[in-house]
Formats: sequence, structure tokens, C-alpha cells
Amino acid sequence: MSRLMFYIIVGLLMVVGIATSVQRHVQFEIPWLPGEQRQVWEIEAGINFTAQGGPVQVDLALPSHQAGYRVLTENTASSGYGLAYQADELGRTARWTIREAAGSQTLYYSVQMLVSDDARSPAQTPPDVVTTPWERPYDTAASQLIEQAWARSANNATFARELIRDINGERQEENARLLLSQENPAALVVRLLNQAGVQAREISGLLLEDGRRRQTLSSWIQVFDESGEEWAIFHPLTGEQGKPDNLLLWETGGRAVLEVQGGTNSRVTFSMMTHDQPASAAVRNHYSEDTLLNFSIHSLPLEEQALFQTILLIPIGALMVVFLRVLVGIKTSGTFMPVLIALAFIQTSLPTGLIGFLLIVAVGLIIRNYLSYLNLLLVARVSAVIITVIAIISIFTVLAYRMGLSAGLTITFFPMIILAWTIERMSILWEEEGPKQVLIQGGGSLITAILAYLAMNNPWVRHITFNFLGVQLILMALILLLGNYTGYRLLELRRFKPITDDEKPS
Amino acid sequence: MSWLKNWTWPTRLRDKGIIGMNRRNIRYIGRYNSRRLYPLVDDKLKTKLLAQQYGITSPELIGTVTTQFGVKHIGEMLTGHAGFVIKPAKGSGGKGILVIEKVEDNVFIKPSGAQLSLTDIERHVSNILSGLYSLGGSPDVAVIETLINFDESLMDYTYEGVPDIRVIVFKGYPVMAMMRLSTAASDGKANLHQGAVGVGLNIATGAALRAVQFDRPCFSHPDTGHDLASLVVPQWETLLNLAAGCYEMTGLGYLGTDMVLDRKHGPMLLELNARPGLAIQMTNGEGLRRRLDLIERQPDGVPAKQRVAFAQHHFARQSELVDSDSVENSDTSSTGA
Repeated sequence: MSRLMFYIIVGLLMVVGIATSVQRHVQFEIPWLPGEQRQVWEIEAGINFTAQGGPVQVDLALPSHQAGYRVLTENTASSGYGLAYQADELGRTARWTIREAAGSQTLYYSVQMLVSDDARSPAQTPPDVVTTPWERPYDTAASQLIEQAWARSANNATFARELIRDINGERQEENARLLLSQENPAALVVRLLNQAGVQAREISGLLLEDGRRRQTLSSWIQVFDESGEEWAIFHPLTGEQGKPDNLLLWETGGRAVLEVQGGTNSRVTFSMMTHDQPASAAVRNHYSEDTLLNFSIHSLPLEEQALFQTILLIPIGALMVVFLRVLVGIKTSGTFMPVLIALAFIQTSLPTGLIGFLLIVAVGLIIRNYLSYLNLLLVARVSAVIITVIAIISIFTVLAYRMGLSAGLTITFFPMIILAWTIERMSILWEEEGPKQVLIQGGGSLITAILAYLAMNNPWVRHITFNFLGVQLILMALILLLGNYTGYRLLELRRFKPITDDEKPS
Repeated sequence: MSWLKNWTWPTRLRDKGIIGMNRRNIRYIGRYNSRRLYPLVDDKLKTKLLAQQYGITSPELIGTVTTQFGVKHIGEMLTGHAGFVIKPAKGSGGKGILVIEKVEDNVFIKPSGAQLSLTDIERHVSNILSGLYSLGGSPDVAVIETLINFDESLMDYTYEGVPDIRVIVFKGYPVMAMMRLSTAASDGKANLHQGAVGVGLNIATGAALRAVQFDRPCFSHPDTGHDLASLVVPQWETLLNLAAGCYEMTGLGYLGTDMVLDRKHGPMLLELNARPGLAIQMTNGEGLRRRLDLIERQPDGVPAKQRVAFAQHHFARQSELVDSDSVENSDTSSTGA
């Protein structure tokens, strides 16, 4: 291939990359800088069930505006199904309907929730008090429990707290255990509260954690005060009062979250992801989503988006490696091993990652040193090192947990096979070239990993790579150009220094 | 700014004609060494058989071990051989080369005096077979060849190991040469980055130009203390012709040839390298750039003898190791050669 062709290709990549980025910037008003950010949660509910061949009706409760969160946009994916949103005083639901469906079915509902402190929840109508009479001997147990808690409390909220502690806490007695054989804790508490004339219901919420997948809703107990206007939320097991900041209330009407008619084995799971959006973009990001030109990762389902957020950073790490090797001349052990280590650092945070990496490699080297006396075949030895690495990781994780260092738990994010090979290579290097080379190459790998981490973890870089796919083409062009660089490496200026100074031997 | 004194400017390197890694990789290896020819030099067994075919002398092959089963029979293979070298066929950078100088009562003695048992030898061969030392960790073959009885005239210049001579052959022209003398620091191995002394050689005469250890100039062998200025490689022209012939043998345009001088057989080809290092510039105190540029302007199809004569004429230089009076004397005599 001629040089001209090469530069044309590089130029083309550059132009297309820049053009698509500018187009996204202009048309979708995505800013170049992360700028003022609003946190947005993207939550996706996936409904799975097996349809029985007849008409199917699926009702899913939907979240509404509430304290701390505001609904921005919502979307559904459900081919062939009719869809209607419904709202009443108990909350909103989505209803999917189809005349005929058979086999495994999947429906998606996704919602963007904007985190905003000024969001208020709409006024909630307290539920009617429903009392279902207990059968003997449960009725006496129930009334005894109510009496005890009532005596120790001053109002509805404290009554609820005492009741929950009597049922689940250390004070749990025979009465509570008897009743728990009939109902689950949350339902039991609500039933007893109702029996005592307190307006309460069981509601469902989702604990938001970035990047979690296949989550389910948790039960909470909503208790109204005597006037029926104010309410509080209790954890059904601990009796703790108040809503955790990361709890999104999904269903607050006391109804079922998912109802499927005409299907079996139905379940709903949630995946979620948070990202920061520019305040202005947060409001109107979905209106042009169907155009072909909107070639954006944001049009993918959430699970894939979360994956791509990381994948799109790998070229940045690769560019860093190319830069450090071609322009600087740093030696690393394994060409792209540092990128994988850097990816692990993103999960673990830098200090924990560094300590974890050094611990694993150091202990691994000692054990590998012993293995070399056993005279094993290469594949068997590397496999033994892999198991050693896993053992080290498990031991450190357990130790860290025992000592209350939750950061130590993230050590499991390290790519184990890569670490095993690193240890094997370093060990051979040690035997053949001595500890100095191990330090040089190991240090080089670590420096590269740290720099790659810093580049990949930079908020601006994350913003740019995730929002502008054209940047990948620009990165490609840059790497091609670097691959064509015939000049000196930075470290060669030091290496070849002696040649330049003894012009005249003394 | 004291830390800057260990650094130089790119322009000064360019003036000296120094070639960097990137330039070597793209401009020379990438352009002149066709990928499909690499196996010829990356596999030492193939190189050896090819060399025999082209009449290029190389150390005698004792045998090869290709299976883990064969490792058990290595003892029988080695009986009767006083000294031998075991190397991986696809090893790189001198990795996995085991030199045994003599055998006494089933104890194998390395040049350093370290003693190995037959089990150690078997383990080493087993490691070679499983690909521990080969490029990419692919399964390998162990090649066992006789130890070279290196020329006595060079005995004083080396410590323990065999000194080898590296000649860079570009398009068949020998462009630069150096001798690598093993030291205590390099464990008898002739690898510069392990601490061997590199001596730049005058292409015209085979006489020493300049010496470096760990990239820094030196004037005598650090272990034997012998003055390096007097070093002249015997049978220099035969050696250059041998090196130049490797171009026809492999077809590789940018080639590093490693030769040794045997007491009986003269210059011998030890191995070839399709990615020769750049340290040769340090030992010669000169960049490769000008010489390579000159060769690039030469037409193809010149016979080996003429190429060697061309190189000897154009790349002659003065030694930096001797003082100026004697330089002039030796210079007048060498230019006549």
C-alpha cells in the first residue's frame, strides 16, 4: 500500500470522526465538556413469562414523581403488544395486551429518573383499613402482640416501629413466630397495623446501585399518621424509619407490582445505571431517537450500555500503551496487560487496586518460585499459578472482610488469568535476567497501567468516548499515525547519550 | 538541571546517524524482511539445516529432542561428548541456552563452575519442549550441538563464555560489526544487556574500534583486565564473506548474523536474527543510518565477494582505543588492505 493511500485513510478517519462528533454536538446539543451535570438514573425493568397460547394481559406498576426523583422519560419495548398507560389515585400502571402469544415472552420498560432535591411526591391517599379476622389460635397471638406494642408507643409511627421489632428483632417471642408461619414479615406487620386501626400498606422500592443487573424490588412498610396526611417508611425487618437516599419507590399503592393473565412463570427484574447528563440535555434526549443518524450507544438497552461504557474506554487505554511504548519506550510485561489492570483499577479505585496488585504479584512470585522446584510442565505450572492467584484473592478478600475493609472486596475484579501469566513471565525474567529487569518491566507495566487508568477514569474522557462514537475513529487514526512514527523514543535519548558526548576520546 | 545531563537531543542523535527502535522496525525490518522468511531464522534447527545446504559452516549437531518422552534418553545422547550446548530452536535473546563445558562423573559443569545433575539437564530440556523460552510460548524443540572450541587468540578477551561476532548484513552488505565478550556479570553469556562487553569492529580489518559495557565506554575487559585495543579478529575476510552469504541463504534484507571462531573450523555461523538490536551502534560509536543509506543506493545482484570489498572500502574507520600516534600507523596499513 502506498504512503499516499495510508494518509488518505488516516485523513478520512479523522474527517469522518470529527464530522460525526460535530454533528452529534450540533444536532443533539451534547456539550463537549461534561459541564453542569445532573445525575440521571436509567432503570430498565425486564418482564419475563411463558405465554400459554391465548390472550395475555400484563400489568406493571410504574414509578411516579417522588421525593428526590423526577420521572424524565419512559420507553417500552414490546413487539406486537398493545400498550396503555393508566393512572389512578394509587399510582400508575402500564398494561400490555395481546390476543395470542405462546412461548417465552420478554417485555421491557425503561425509565429515566432525574435526581433532584426539590422533587416532591404527589399527595398520597391513605389506604382503607382492611381487617381480615384471624383464625384460632392466631387471633390471641395477634391481639397480644398489638397490645404489647401499643402500650410501649406514643403514636402510629412508634407503634409501627415497636411492632416490627417485636416481630423480627431480638424481642421476637412465641406469638410472633406463630404468626410468621402464616404471613411474611412485611405483610404480617401491615395486617397487624390495620387490625389496630392504623392506615398502612406494603409498598415496593428499588435500591439504586450503579451498574447492577437482575435486581428485584424490596418490600417496605408505609405508615400514615393519625390525620392520614403525613406518612413514614419503615424497613420491614429492622424497623428503621425513613427512606434511604438511594431508594426509589416503585409501587406505592399497595398493589401487586406485576400481574400477568394468560402466562406463567412471570417475573420482573431490574437493571440500572447512573450517568451524569448536562442539565439541558437531560430534559430532551429522546425525541429524535428513531432517526438512523442518531448513531448512539444510548439507543441500546441499558445492560449493553453499561457494558459499552467500559468497552469504549479500552481504545483510550490502547492509545496510552501505544504512546508509552512508541514515543516514550517504556518496557511492559505483556503488551496490553496494563490496560486490563487499568480496567480493574477503575472497579477497585487506584490505591486499593495498586495494593491488591502488588500483594497478588508478590505472593504469587514467592509461590511460583517454589513451583519451579517441582519440575512441572509449562501448562501445568501456569495452571497451578492460576489456582494460586485465585487462592490469594480469596484469602485477601476474606481477610479484608474480617477486618472490615470493604475496599478489599473489590480485589476480585482483577483478571486472574492475566495475573497468572504476569507472575509466570516475571518469575522467568527474575531467573534469567535478575530482579532488576523484573523491577524495570514490572514498574513499566504499573506506570503504564496507572497512566491508562488516569486517562480512562477522567470524567471528560468518559463523557467524550461515551457520547461521541466518532471519537473512536479519531483514536484509530491517531494509533495508525503513531504506528508510522520512525523518530526516536524518549528513553532512547538517554540510551544513546554516550555516543553523542565522546566525540573526542581523551 | 543535573538530571538532564544523562539526556541528549534528538537532533544530535540524528546528526550522528543513530537509528531508533521505531525506525528500525518500520523502515528496515518492516520493509526488507518479509514475514514469511522469519521461520528460517527464528527456528535455529531450520537455520542450521539451511546453512549446511548452502555450505555455510556451523557447529556440529549432536541431536534434537522433540518429545517429552525423548527427554528420558538425553543421557544416552550426551555420553561421549565433553562439552555441549542445549538451546531452544525457537528461543530469542539468548534465552534458554545452557552451556556445559565439561562432564565429570555424570556431573555437568557450566563455564561458571556451577554443577548440574542429569535431572537438572532433563528439566531444562523439558522446559524448552514445553515452550518456556520460545517466542509466544509455543511448543519447541531442543537442539543440542557441540561446544565450540574457540580460537585461542581470543581467549584473553573473554571470561567463561564464547565470544561471538555480530555482523549486521544489509541487502547482503556487511555494514557494521561487533564482538561480544562475556563477563562475570553476564554469567558467561554474550548478551550486552546482561552485562557482556561489546567491542565495535572495523569492517575493513576486524580490529577493535571502541568498547562498551552497559552502554558506557570501557577500555579493558572488566574481569581479565586485558587491554581491548589489541583485539583483532583473525580470518576476518572469511567471516565477512560467510556473513554476506547469509543474505542469499535467507533472503532477509536486514539481518543480524552471529558468528564464532572455532579453533579448527574457523568462522562458523551460530545463529541468525531477523530483528537485530541497536546496541551495535553504541559499540561502534556511530549510527547505522549513513551506511544503510549508502547501501540502499547500491544496485541489486552484486556477488558476495564484491559486496564485502565494497563494505571494507567504504566503512573503514580508526580505532578510538589506541592513542593518536599508533592510530596513524595502523591506519595507513589498514587502508592498504
